[in-house]
Amino acid sequence: MTVKELAETLSLTVLAGKDSLNRPVTGGYTGDLLSWVMARLPENAAWLTVMGNINAVAVASLKDAACIILTDSAPLDEQARDKARELDLAVLTSRKNSYELGLKLAELLG
Amino acid sequence: MNNTLSFDYVVPGDDFTRAGEASSDVKHKLKQIGYDPDAIRRVAIAMYEGEINMVIHAGGGKAHVEISPEKIEMVLADRGPGISDVDLAMREGYSTAPDKVRALGFGAGMGMSNMKKCSDTMEIHTKVGEGTTLRMTVLAKKKQ
Repeated sequence: MTVKELAETLSLTVLAGKDSLNRPVTGGYTGDLLSWVMARLPENAAWLTVMGNINAVAVASLKDAACIILTDSAPLDEQARDKARELDLAVLTSRKNSYELGLKLAELLG
Repeated sequence: MNNTLSFDYVVPGDDFTRAGEASSDVKHKLKQIGYDPDAIRRVAIAMYEGEINMVIHAGGGKAHVEISPEKIEMVLADRGPGISDVDLAMREGYSTAPDKVRALGFGAGMGMSNMKKCSDTMEIHTKVGEGTTLRMTVLAKKKQ
């Protein structure tokens, strides 16, 4: 499943991402402590977090995450949005919390 | 023939908007070279954590990276406060990050242990009041 298909299926709003929307998503991860996530975020995962800052963008990019999904409608700050667009990193947002969205994601990805 | 490439970076202090730029650049270069993906992953983590530590604790610093076919060496040097108890700093979960930094998602106390796990060798030279130099090596072949 691609990031774009995921966005459509889970009613996510796309905040950043162009070509990256066609990337495959092969798993998920959730966490907000950046060093913790840095050590564990799998490649091509959808990362569910409330951290919408530029450092989260750096972590996702360094770890080759498929996308960031901001849960609980957590805001993406302006610098982070600009950086995500520059790097072509997909950032999406959901009204659901990480638990609720994680359940849906697990159902989809199996 | 000398097959070593070297790069130098200045890591600005207290500028969280630029933290991670040096590690991103190194990762990008390694990808272009076609370096072993596992080594790239480990370098990216180790260097990012080192960079962040310099930004949080040391008012920035310098990074020197040497890439050869066998290994990647990273030297991160700062003139920050130094580390008074290295063993404690290495412990998972121990952090002296201030609250404003924690609010950004840092301060899990994982930085040093992430560096240790991702590198094949890691040396710390530190003196309180003078600064810290961290030397890490990642071998192109996986750790056995």
